[in-house]
Amino acid sequence: MKFAVSKPGTTVAIKTGEWRSQKPVVDTSKCIKCATCQNYCPEGCMGTSGQAPDIDYDYCKGCGLCAQECPVKCIKMEHEIKMVGKKKQ
Amino acid sequence: MAIRTMNYSAAIAEAASYCKVDVIASYPITPSTPIAHALNKIYVNGGFPKFITVEAEFSAISSLLGASAAGARTFSATSSQGLMLMHEVLFSTAGMRLPVVMAIANRAVSSPLNIWADEQDSMSQRDSGWIQLYCKNGQEAVDTVIQAFRIAEKTMLPAMVCLDGFYITHSVGQVDIPDKDKVAAFLPPYKNPCVLDPQNPLTVGSYALPADYQDFREDLCADVEAAQETIVEVGKEFGRVFGREYGLVEYHNCKDADRVIITLGSVYNTIEMVADALRARGEKVGVAHLRSFRPFPASDLRANLAGKHVLVVERDISPGGVPPVYAEVSEALSGTGSTVSVAAGLLGGREAKKQAFESLFERMKQGKVKGWLCSKDKK
Repeated sequence: MKFAVSKPGTTVAIKTGEWRSQKPVVDTSKCIKCATCQNYCPEGCMGTSGQAPDIDYDYCKGCGLCAQECPVKCIKMEHEIKMVGKKKQ
Repeated sequence: MAIRTMNYSAAIAEAASYCKVDVIASYPITPSTPIAHALNKIYVNGGFPKFITVEAEFSAISSLLGASAAGARTFSATSSQGLMLMHEVLFSTAGMRLPVVMAIANRAVSSPLNIWADEQDSMSQRDSGWIQLYCKNGQEAVDTVIQAFRIAEKTMLPAMVCLDGFYITHSVGQVDIPDKDKVAAFLPPYKNPCVLDPQNPLTVGSYALPADYQDFREDLCADVEAAQETIVEVGKEFGRVFGREYGLVEYHNCKDADRVIITLGSVYNTIEMVADALRARGEKVGVAHLRSFRPFPASDLRANLAGKHVLVVERDISPGGVPPVYAEVSEALSGTGSTVSVAAGLLGGREAKKQAFESLFERMKQGKVKGWLCSKDKK
């Protein structure tokens, strides 16, 4: 008898940032610290509000919502080349 | 034990209440409605702790899946289109190894719309991984519901108790409802080894990659097949406690018979009556009732029917192919020297008079029987 079960916390080991094909890059000189990107980010990986974004690339899937919503357009999506399916480049 | 004259749906619901079911979720659909109705009546009188009134059958089975995963004993009743709407979740329930028990009041499927009996609805769920036990009368339905909980919880597989709509669900007859305390002693408490518990969180039925997925499906196939042993063991134990023993297949006068009709469901009773009359005239005929369709008792059939002319009577079809029970019986008896034929029909409540089966036994003398059962097309 086999049960397909898993314990919580699987993403501690699985870095979902590996799924990303584009990477958000912030021009901090233009950032007005409005926290829009931090509120919109579905992964909660844009850092703390009141400060310029400090992106956690381990979990950023590259959806681009932050770049789309940024009122001063200081976030750019850049193409990223990396090894697929490997833990480290 | 007390023999009472009552509606079989009410008897099934009462048997379920003796089984200490924790959660019921059911959506009324003809002809299973009287079962849901009787269950609800017991619930409002305090017979069950929880009855979830859902908006459709998809929700009914989904809530039972969740309740069963959280450690509750669960029961439902449905029919036809309701069972079809559950289809997706039936596979999940079996794959997640949750012993949900459900009464299926067998009914035709649309289209055309028809509410009367045949077995197309449950046969369409053949590959879902559920155990399927068929009942030929109301007493068997009551007894099988009780056994189904024990079989399901021992094997950690969901089970359908299939009974013909109207013939059983709407009939009134004498039924021996087992003693409440004896039922409680017969059924050990349900323990789910992978129970959902907020103190010890886990995901059940989680994701499996190509490297692992097939292993789970192989394991499910092996366990459903091995459930034959549990069905026999529980059927024997039931016989010891309640005086009525059950197995995988019931054979009636088959030992020395050269012609045997095998079927499932309430139509068995008419065929048995015809076979007994032919026996009295010296014809070597027998009848078999296939109680367990999933798991399919192939070796049991080989041991008992090898070399005979076996005719499958079934109330279901597989358009563009052979009907499902015939396919299984043919496979089971291949290479034993048996002739296996099929007469499929009696769909959507079409009645069979006993002459239809007299004619089938007669035609079996000439070899393989072909064509529909009780078709208007005489060609």
